[in-house]
Amino acid sequence: MKISREEVEHVARLARLALEPTELDELTGQLDAILGYVDKLNELDTEDVEPTAHAVPMENAFREDQVQASIGIERALQNAPSTAGSCYQVPKVIE
Amino acid sequence: MDSRYEVVIGLEVHVQLTTKSKIFCGCSTAFGQAPNSQTCPVCLGLPGALPVLNRQVVEDAIKTGLATNCRIAPRSIFARKNYFYPDLPKGYQISQFELPICEHGWLEIETEEHGQKKVGITRIHMEEDAGKLLHADGNSSSVDLNRACTPLLEVVSEPDMRSADEAIAYLKQLHPIVVYLGVCDGNLEEGSFRCDANVSVRPWGQQEFGTRAEVKNLNSFRFIKQAIEYEVERQIEVIDDGGRVVQETRLFDADSGVTRSMRGKEEAHDYRYFPDPDLVPLVVSDAWVERVRGTLPELPAAKRQRYQGELGLAAYDAGVISAERPVAEYFEALVALHNHPKTCANWVMGELLRALNENGIGIADCPVTPKLLAGVLQRIEDNTISGKIAKTVFEEIWQTGKTADQVIEEKGLKQMTDTGAIEVIVAEVIAANPGQVAEYQAGKEKLMGFFVGQVMKASKGKANPGLVNQLLKKKLSE
Repeated sequence: MKISREEVEHVARLARLALEPTELDELTGQLDAILGYVDKLNELDTEDVEPTAHAVPMENAFREDQVQASIGIERALQNAPSTAGSCYQVPKVIE
Repeated sequence: MDSRYEVVIGLEVHVQLTTKSKIFCGCSTAFGQAPNSQTCPVCLGLPGALPVLNRQVVEDAIKTGLATNCRIAPRSIFARKNYFYPDLPKGYQISQFELPICEHGWLEIETEEHGQKKVGITRIHMEEDAGKLLHADGNSSSVDLNRACTPLLEVVSEPDMRSADEAIAYLKQLHPIVVYLGVCDGNLEEGSFRCDANVSVRPWGQQEFGTRAEVKNLNSFRFIKQAIEYEVERQIEVIDDGGRVVQETRLFDADSGVTRSMRGKEEAHDYRYFPDPDLVPLVVSDAWVERVRGTLPELPAAKRQRYQGELGLAAYDAGVISAERPVAEYFEALVALHNHPKTCANWVMGELLRALNENGIGIADCPVTPKLLAGVLQRIEDNTISGKIAKTVFEEIWQTGKTADQVIEEKGLKQMTDTGAIEVIVAEVIAANPGQVAEYQAGKEKLMGFFVGQVMKASKGKANPGLVNQLLKKKLSE
């Protein structure tokens, strides 16, 4: 196995995914197959190939430091389930 | 400090850049606006919105890297740092992980205890800030995303510091540099220059580092020192009690002066970085680096050396004047008009900074310009006024904005250099104080100060002190 059920559980928790035991089993199998395929790719000799960070052969896409209009508080908040003043309201965060 | 243990400190400093717009979108970075008024689909993390890198952020990163002796990477990439928190709308922060823009730098620090040493800078990378969580009221918290996507540089030091004093010395090197460069306003209270300290202790002689705690929420140099010292004591106590230091994030509480564990964020240390597919690689040519190098101002350390070497200032004075760019620029403008650097330094550090502090204003808004102050210093130099009267003239210029010559003329402050006139006063003072004269002549030479004071008082401070001394000596020995 390339990945354990515990590892899948851990990654799911980090991603805030609540998985049923049957889903865990199913996903562990699928992820194992994906990692197996990556292993297959590892058989290629990539000694002289630079690691790819981006699929498109492009570099340096910039914008100049100029302020553009924001969308406004009303539009910014229009999809929020809950607001307080001009803020998004969320369950209490305890530090 | 406990002599059985060595303290090891590394610092992470978040430098908020002074760009007008955010790092990946055109929203304004202005401080103190209505919550969420400076947001757009990019900084709100709405689906499908794409970030585009602000060129100025790259310029600022290169500047800071060069000023801290870093190597500028010809190619660097952005990465996603994944974690969930209500102030992070995308569920990841765009940062740099592998291939940051600057690496392998250093700063030289000096402390009384350990002298000079180099502190390594591991890396400097660009990243976006998170939003702000506002005070929780009842069962909810409020989120303001104006700050989300504000550009930051994170400057990561090597674990090279061995005391709280060294940590402060390092920060006091770095802080003026970013302010001089103009990349940061340097305001600690508003969070423009934030510091996290990684602190650990180990028995002397041990090679490997002890387990470290990361202390956050340090927004003044004093708190940083307090927090580090507290944390060192706490860790030594844990070890002495037979316990083990836990790797964790701790929050400094300025009111009680202690650090507290921030549970709940521990799991979040598994960030699963990967290259951000929304941003293409950044390539910085040698030509670009050299062009930026050409724009670097003279930095505080170089100024300090020049002030000592070329201008002959004392080390302390050179340090004070070079610490802040506006003060250094004022001083240099003053010296250009009145080429007596030591006198200029004394006035800038004395009267000028005192008056600025008293009135609570910055040197940029100082009503006494270098030109007006130079006018005062010239009148001391040519004996028109004494140093004491000059302070009165300075006050008057501060209030009215008039020139030194106008003030001296209008208030009749011109120094008495007429020997005859001073002789008259000297004679009066001698006649009025026969007892003291007798004592002086019997050998109590300390009384000279008394006579000078009397003459100065009678002349309303206008008599030339040198002449007064000379004439008094002559008269009293007759």
